[in-house]
Amino acid sequence: MDKEFAARRRRDLIIAAVLAGIAALTPLFVKDVVVQNILILTLMYAGLSQSWNILSGYCGQISLGHALYFGLGAYTTELLFTKFGVLPWFGMLAGGVVSALIAMGLGYPFFRLRGHYFVIATIVIAEIGLLLFHNWDWAGAAMGITIPIRGDSWLKFQFLRTKLPYFYFALALCCLAWFVTWWLEDSKWGFWWRAVKDNPDAAESLGVDVFNSKMGAAAVSAFLVAVGGSFYAQFVSYIDPESVMGFQFSLLMALPAVLGGIGTLWGPVLGAAILIPLTELTRFKFGGSGRGVDLIVYGTLIVLISLALPRGLLSLFARPKKTGAAR
Amino acid sequence: MTALLETRGVWQRFGGLVANSDVSISVGRGEIVGLIGPNGAGKSTLFNLIAGVLPPTQGSILFDGEDVTNMPAAARCQRGVGRTFQVVKSFETMTVIDNVIVGALVRNTVMREARRKAREVLEFTGLAARADVLASDLVPAEKRRLEVARALATEPKLLLLDEVLTGLTPTEAQTGVALVRKVRDAGITVLMVEHVMEIVMPLVDRAIVLDLGKVLVEGKPAEVVRDPKVIKAYLGDRHAVGA
Ligand SMILES: Nc1ncnc2c1ncn2[C@@H]1O[C@H](COP(=O)(O)OP(=O)(O)OP(=O)(O)O)[C@@H](O)[C@H]1O
Ligand SMILES: [Mg+2]
Repeated sequence: MDKEFAARRRRDLIIAAVLAGIAALTPLFVKDVVVQNILILTLMYAGLSQSWNILSGYCGQISLGHALYFGLGAYTTELLFTKFGVLPWFGMLAGGVVSALIAMGLGYPFFRLRGHYFVIATIVIAEIGLLLFHNWDWAGAAMGITIPIRGDSWLKFQFLRTKLPYFYFALALCCLAWFVTWWLEDSKWGFWWRAVKDNPDAAESLGVDVFNSKMGAAAVSAFLVAVGGSFYAQFVSYIDPESVMGFQFSLLMALPAVLGGIGTLWGPVLGAAILIPLTELTRFKFGGSGRGVDLIVYGTLIVLISLALPRGLLSLFARPKKTGAAR
Repeated sequence: MTALLETRGVWQRFGGLVANSDVSISVGRGEIVGLIGPNGAGKSTLFNLIAGVLPPTQGSILFDGEDVTNMPAAARCQRGVGRTFQVVKSFETMTVIDNVIVGALVRNTVMREARRKAREVLEFTGLAARADVLASDLVPAEKRRLEVARALATEPKLLLLDEVLTGLTPTEAQTGVALVRKVRDAGITVLMVEHVMEIVMPLVDRAIVLDLGKVLVEGKPAEVVRDPKVIKAYLGDRHAVGA
């Protein structure tokens, strides 16, 4: 039976490699810039949602404030770049570290909160972050930061003539977040997280360090999301508080995981593959005007999904083993 | 040799309610000790104090020669205190074996070893056939056994069993009794709360009776059940039937 388990893990890894291979080849056939754009965003949100899933899905600490870490990644990278000339590659790492540290700093008081109080705290904190950046003159305040682009450069990770490098970076981010999840799933941390989610009291009685489990999950999750934020800033080459720290990012990270299957390895990827093209296409159709409309649509989706499919789309495929009577 | 567990003048107050008052008990290595008493006597509260869910209002707790009074639950588990919950607390979205692996990780850092340990415990507790079932799909008797399996996987020196034999059919209860004996034979000290006297009295080496938060009587099971104070405490209580 343990062989069966090992085989399943190996199978997941092979499927992921095949899917990544196929994804890597799509730009050969897809030349349309609009479609390429959608593919890039889909991969990015798949990676973001996968990262969100580590804290909120596996460890059960539902965050609707991850836009904060996304924005921190973007701002750290671009402030370092525009003010100090630090290359975005280093900025990306710095943004990840800053976000992970802030996630742990916030976790210190807030991980003592349970259930709804925690969710509300994440929303409030992210809104406060947004306000701070709105009023922070050195960081461009509401005007934001425009990233000077002087042609294609891998060093500065900016490209005018082609979207392909962005595509491959988004793919790499998605693969990284998936692989980290896969790897942690069968580790002490993975087991601790699920135990903490299901029953913190029982977990504690079994020697689980509940508080540090949450801290670890928050750090990994925030780090990866911040790398996504750095990438996004380079990709759109202009950032302001709303466009990298707005509440819609928190929702767009949560939704794919919720749709596909929260706390599962494949849920976020599946959810993003369905959801992001749909939202991007509708946005394209109806014009990018009303942000409020997006929020209403996302909110409605969350409610509908959690009512109709509380365990996500994956639960339709892989039904848990049939229960039998005792022995 | 010192006792494995000792509580010294332990009090627990919840607001105005005194759940444990001046409780001093000791449990020797290799014993099976029964903790009995009417509903609300403070048995589960005492378990929570021993396991480190909360520190006592007053008094101290010694485990294995060490003062653990203010030690958090996870650290006590590491020291060798294992426990089950009266109201079962399975990890519902995890499979049976994954539940047990969480416990096994206390002493096995390599996943492969933790998994092997968990299998071994599932064999020991008779849950092996249900290893890959979700905990939420277990019947109540199996959930009780999973509580025991999870705690055993932490390789405790002391196992606290809170009503693991309650609400079982007679056959299931006998299987449970056999399991408790097996646990003791494996060198683990057992402190168990149980209401059904016919089951618990033949099993334990010693019985401690709690009533209204206090230790009422302590001694050999046969003496304890005949003690007038105990009969009085149970009088009118449904569990006195058959005692
Ligand atoms: N966390 C708590 N807060 C307030 N009161 C509590 C708490 N835990 C227990 N009590 C109270 O303490 C008293 C002792 O409860 P406890 O659960 O220890 O009894 P018990 O002997 O295990 O009873 P039972 O046989 O019904 O399980 C009860 O009156 C209970 O209501
Ligand atoms: Mg009780």
